[in-house]
Amino acid sequence: MRAMVYRGPYRIRVEEKEMPRIEHPNDAIVRVTKAAICGSDLHIYHGMMPDTRVGQTFGHEFIGVVEEVGPSVQSLKRGDRVMVPFNIFCGSCFFCARQLYANCHNVNPNATAVGGIYGYSHTTGGYDGGQAEFVRVPFADVGPSLIPEWMDEEDALMLTDACPTGYFGAQLGEIQEGDVVVVFGAGPVGLFAAKSSWLMGAGRVIVIDHLDYRLEKAREFAHAETYNFAEYDDIVVHMKKITDYLGADVAIDAVGAEADGAFFQHVTAAKLKLQGGSPVALNWAIDSVRKGGTIAVVGAYGPLFSSIKFGDAMNKGLTIRANQTSVKRHWPRLFEHVKNGILKPSDIVTHRIPLEHIAEGYHMFSSKLDNCIKPIVVPN
Amino acid sequence: MPYTADWPRARPPLEEVKRTIPGWGVDKDFKDRPAVPMERFDPTLTGAHWDFPERQVEYWPRERSPEHKFLTPVFGTACPPRGLSGMIRKYAYRLGEGKSSHWLLLMAADRVDVVESMVEAVLQGRPDNPLTESGLKAEFTRDGLGSRLGKNRVDLKHQPLDLLLVAAPWLIAGYVGFAAARSLGGKKKKRRRRELQPAGRY
Repeated sequence: MRAMVYRGPYRIRVEEKEMPRIEHPNDAIVRVTKAAICGSDLHIYHGMMPDTRVGQTFGHEFIGVVEEVGPSVQSLKRGDRVMVPFNIFCGSCFFCARQLYANCHNVNPNATAVGGIYGYSHTTGGYDGGQAEFVRVPFADVGPSLIPEWMDEEDALMLTDACPTGYFGAQLGEIQEGDVVVVFGAGPVGLFAAKSSWLMGAGRVIVIDHLDYRLEKAREFAHAETYNFAEYDDIVVHMKKITDYLGADVAIDAVGAEADGAFFQHVTAAKLKLQGGSPVALNWAIDSVRKGGTIAVVGAYGPLFSSIKFGDAMNKGLTIRANQTSVKRHWPRLFEHVKNGILKPSDIVTHRIPLEHIAEGYHMFSSKLDNCIKPIVVPN
Repeated sequence: MPYTADWPRARPPLEEVKRTIPGWGVDKDFKDRPAVPMERFDPTLTGAHWDFPERQVEYWPRERSPEHKFLTPVFGTACPPRGLSGMIRKYAYRLGEGKSSHWLLLMAADRVDVVESMVEAVLQGRPDNPLTESGLKAEFTRDGLGSRLGKNRVDLKHQPLDLLLVAAPWLIAGYVGFAAARSLGGKKKKRRRRELQPAGRY
């Protein structure tokens, strides 16, 4: 089969690879019909995540058609159209029994600090991902769901990660009616976080980024008030000014490991890999939110240390809430919102790329060319 | 203002927000949100029909964190450890996740893996091509110049470093090759000079 493979930082190519096979009785093999490149894929593409091995296939956002099922699979059969959450989870461990699917303890031997994720280094279990023609899907009775007849395929694809993650970010913020919410990052997750903040009753939603075309999308898609931090000497001071010197009630970090805005922090983290992630957005969140406020972190960071301004967080009495999203837990509600027209996740898709051109797709997304917000990969 | 007890928050009137934002407040009820409470115990919801999953066959000694009691019943089988990078990885997995050395060794193994794979690719007759693999073609097909020129983008300050990072393995390999050739050449020269010395000089 054809699959994208990692060759080293900033380098990938498409190769002929062995077909995945059933390795566990509850596995399924899925023929990928659409995959997406996630902003967090860029962290492994840039070599920031420890134990990212040459030859691995990336891709944790994908949908497809069931090609083969293991002997114990009961809920799926060959030919079913499925959407697969980015989490790999067993459904029966201590954490899954409490609906913390993202924290499953039975699928990642390499680390206990993170669950299993498709195509996201060995730190998340060493599974190949979906930017390929076929992919192995463990626990087929637990993870994937049939794509409802009425649902658009690109909407289904966005529901495998970006949309639930943004929605979960707004939930982590524990938004109450009328709250002022600031979202750092106008990428796919930030856009969904801003949109979801309104659904939870926010009174004002502010989005911060440095890419004008993304801020424009935030205004149009998420009805947000936007600021380009590159235009301000100090975005934190500006945040205080526009909130009458109080600060926002809730801040959402939807940027993660490659946050920009402070040259030293970005270069030591993203280029030199001396930190688990650039903490610029998180530090801005800590400083922008009001005392007693809440910070939600859904931007992805690596396991190494980062220079977080924890003293400020402590002295301000902040609540910091963070996790990977347990995607499937959110599907019933999000399906409802998509069906009712409240959410149209595929509105953020900007590019559709054949698998054979995926190297250019990654470069475009990484270098922010051609107003790219969300690229989709089509294997065939 | 926060300097007095009564501080009307800096936001538009809620009536206006409700009128203009589609779907405003549909998930306002905190208790009715899908992730609330954070831990909701119900093992019957997931579709799992086992108490503990059947174990996947382990075809090679699978590296695992010492913070796990045993190998997890299911695991990924992509890219088994190999070569020098594999040895470093196996050593790293003897250290706990709380140690920075665990992660730094894994990062080091990643860099060694890149060099090993470059050599292997040459031997297999399919050498790496940094130009195609880094997708530079997109600079011409996806408006590389227009996406940057006149834009107030802070990432433009450090983007040139990306080129250096891509070129680094080749620069290092080139330097090592050059240094090796020079030292080999130096040794040969010395030997020849010694042979040309007139007898009886020592």
